[in-house]
Amino acid sequence: METTTTSSTAANIYDGLVEAIAVRADRTAFAELFAHFAPRLKAYLMRLGSDPATAEEVVQEVMLTIWRKAASFDRRQASASTWIFTIARNRRIDRLRRERRPEFDPNDPALVPDAPEDADRTVWTGQIEGRVRAAIESLPPEQSDLIRLAYFEEQSHREIAERSGLPLGTVKSRIRLAMQRLRERIDDLD
Amino acid sequence: MTDTAPTFHPESEAVLAYAAGGLDEAHAVLVATHLALCPRCRAEVARLEAVGGALTASIEPAPMSAGALAATLARLDEPGAEPEPSAAVAYDDETLHAIPAPLRDYLGGNLSGLPWKWRGPTIRELPLSIGSGTARATLIRVRPGAAIPAHTHAGTEATLVLRGAYQDATGRFGRGDVETASSDLDHRPVATADSECICFSVIDGPLSLTGPIGRLLNPFLKI
Repeated sequence: METTTTSSTAANIYDGLVEAIAVRADRTAFAELFAHFAPRLKAYLMRLGSDPATAEEVVQEVMLTIWRKAASFDRRQASASTWIFTIARNRRIDRLRRERRPEFDPNDPALVPDAPEDADRTVWTGQIEGRVRAAIESLPPEQSDLIRLAYFEEQSHREIAERSGLPLGTVKSRIRLAMQRLRERIDDLD
Repeated sequence: MTDTAPTFHPESEAVLAYAAGGLDEAHAVLVATHLALCPRCRAEVARLEAVGGALTASIEPAPMSAGALAATLARLDEPGAEPEPSAAVAYDDETLHAIPAPLRDYLGGNLSGLPWKWRGPTIRELPLSIGSGTARATLIRVRPGAAIPAHTHAGTEATLVLRGAYQDATGRFGRGDVETASSDLDHRPVATADSECICFSVIDGPLSLTGPIGRLLNPFLKI
């Protein structure tokens, strides 16, 4: 077992707040989550081109979804910030791009299940937060910039290549290197 | 049906874009359908969603307007949105097991009853309307041992195998495998002899002058 770091303890607070909503419809916990996440989600949506008023509307919808779906949150599968990111991402696709977000169904009869050894390869506990952050920080800037662009700009790799003056092949290989490094660092269970 | 994990995966940039939320719907359906068949890529998407969570958590906050919290608190007791209407289609076992859920939702019927279009004696095609983007999505069904007409395309073509397998110059692609072919690859896939081959294909890039039907018919006309 790893020792719990200070930052992962902080992250675990948010897991606990979502669970408090699930268990006892805790409005104080909701207000705390709102104070932390709403301004960040608003910034996220504005980075992706929303005007402030629309961003606030979508943030409100995301926060309401958190309230209603809190029971489906499972800290063994994802941290609160990851879970909330996926809700905001999907809401944005739905609301602002007007497209559906296709997801696989874990109960699908066609699903190829995880091999037993895969299931515990990545341990999704509070510790993962700190490790993910450290992994991102460990990337050279030319790689982490491209990773950020993938999340915060709606640009194709071709557009990124044109804007930056880099060959498309270079953009792609930097993204692949960055992803490989993230994978190694995040899965590193010491 | 064997539950072997795929060998060939979508391009890493597509998996990243799927996790980040930047992929158009047609390509997202292809990635999500591959995910149903690929534990390795599911783990990758989980990692990349954690990256998204970390990046969003460390973003410079944009303050919410005064009263936003109160307005949201006031809405907590509103009834939630209607649950998604469950699919009207009762899928048969063949369709349930051959076509994983994300793609199955777009079919609107069982494999045996879909309005397949004739594309020569050995090929049937079912164009699918997915999303609002320019990418074209289509389901292709090829007889055992038959060749898919040689073709090039204006953009990139991503192909996901759902049943059977095909072979081309770059390898053998079976259930769950994804091949991404750029416009310069002149590929001549041939379905393996043991089974019919069903593939889901998404082609991006501007439509070429020949158009979607011309693209498939052109090679026949030349023969």
